[in-house]
Amino acid sequence: MEFLAILVGGILINNYIFSRFLGLCPFFGVSSKLDTVYGMGAAVVFVMTLASAITWPLQHLLLEPLGLGYLQTVAFILVIAALVQSVEMVIQRVSPPLYAALGIYLPLLTTNCAVLGSALLNITSGYGFMASVVNGFACGVGWTLATLLFAGVRERVEGPHIPEALRGIPIAFVSAGLMALAFMGFQGLFRGILF
Amino acid sequence: MKQSDCNATFLGVLTDGIRQAPPFRLLLGLCPSLAVTTAMENGFWMGLAVIVVLACSEAIISLLRKVIPDRVRIPVYIVIVASFVTVVDMVMKAYLPEMHAILGIFIPLIVVNCIILGRAEAFASKNGPLLSVADAVGVGAGFTAALMAIGAVREFLGTGNLKFFGHALLGGGLPLEIVVMLLPAGAFFVIGFMMAGLALLQNRKKKAQQPVECCTVDGEGAAG
Repeated sequence: MEFLAILVGGILINNYIFSRFLGLCPFFGVSSKLDTVYGMGAAVVFVMTLASAITWPLQHLLLEPLGLGYLQTVAFILVIAALVQSVEMVIQRVSPPLYAALGIYLPLLTTNCAVLGSALLNITSGYGFMASVVNGFACGVGWTLATLLFAGVRERVEGPHIPEALRGIPIAFVSAGLMALAFMGFQGLFRGILF
Repeated sequence: MKQSDCNATFLGVLTDGIRQAPPFRLLLGLCPSLAVTTAMENGFWMGLAVIVVLACSEAIISLLRKVIPDRVRIPVYIVIVASFVTVVDMVMKAYLPEMHAILGIFIPLIVVNCIILGRAEAFASKNGPLLSVADAVGVGAGFTAALMAIGAVREFLGTGNLKFFGHALLGGGLPLEIVVMLLPAGAFFVIGFMMAGLALLQNRKKKAQQPVECCTVDGEGAAG
């Protein structure tokens, strides 16, 4: 039940885009094409889950016992950078087709605030190991869901029927705002059932 | 002569940076622009933190630019930036605990703010330390101004008042509170419409300039 609550919370209620504002640059960057969303989304889910699984023991088994809590930011970003790099190399060897699909998105994830953000939030929320991994996975799925839905909306708000000044990015922001309003509905929907 | 030249470029770099206003023009640093701008003061402190981190990192990176091997430059930049972020995080936690709690994880997340690595790569790795600091302060000030503008609009519409360091800036304020402006959705709306406003101004400027350009071209053609 706890994991189910984390799962629903990460995907719908505390959605990274619409309520926590993490990973917005790639959200606006890749959502203009549906194909790129699948690639980026798969990469985000994969790396975020792995990053949660690695940073939790790093914090609780290494940094805290040694009294090095202040190195958290530096250690996490380095581990994530190394993780992304090694995932890239492993995928390149093991599965060239997968590498062809994800290759260009992986390096971008080092500087994706959603990945570092989920690692930091796992710690500040006081999750255990399994809960952290579930949370990382759920937040990645939530990011992908939001971007996927948004890509569909963006296709419709492009073209001559939009006032000139609003065309492109401004109308994208306004539509994202409307979607954020819609996502707020989930907060009430699950209240009492899971939380 | 040389001194004044140097000053001119220093100021030039500074004002160029301010004019870029990263969140609006370059779509960089979006996450904090939306997340912390529920009040103008939050935007101010977030911007200040970014200025400090950016100036220190750009200065160090520019001093080390000839020593850092090209192949590992990005990891080195990240470590330098992360160290300064940690310093700012600790200083804020000690002296501004309330603001530190509001800004929360967006202070450590300055590490992955695209503005910082972007400026390190585009400017500090090619220029001297003095110019790099000017660039950092300029870009940082542009970012701060944008954050404060977004924060001001959201705070004024959302609470009906505008406060900065405890002083009410706009007298009696609004008779109504549009609470949605303080919610995540409001952040998207405000930035969207501010960008549309900027685009509108730019389009007008372009249209005002166009006839002039076309006339000179015509004139030249007639003369030829």
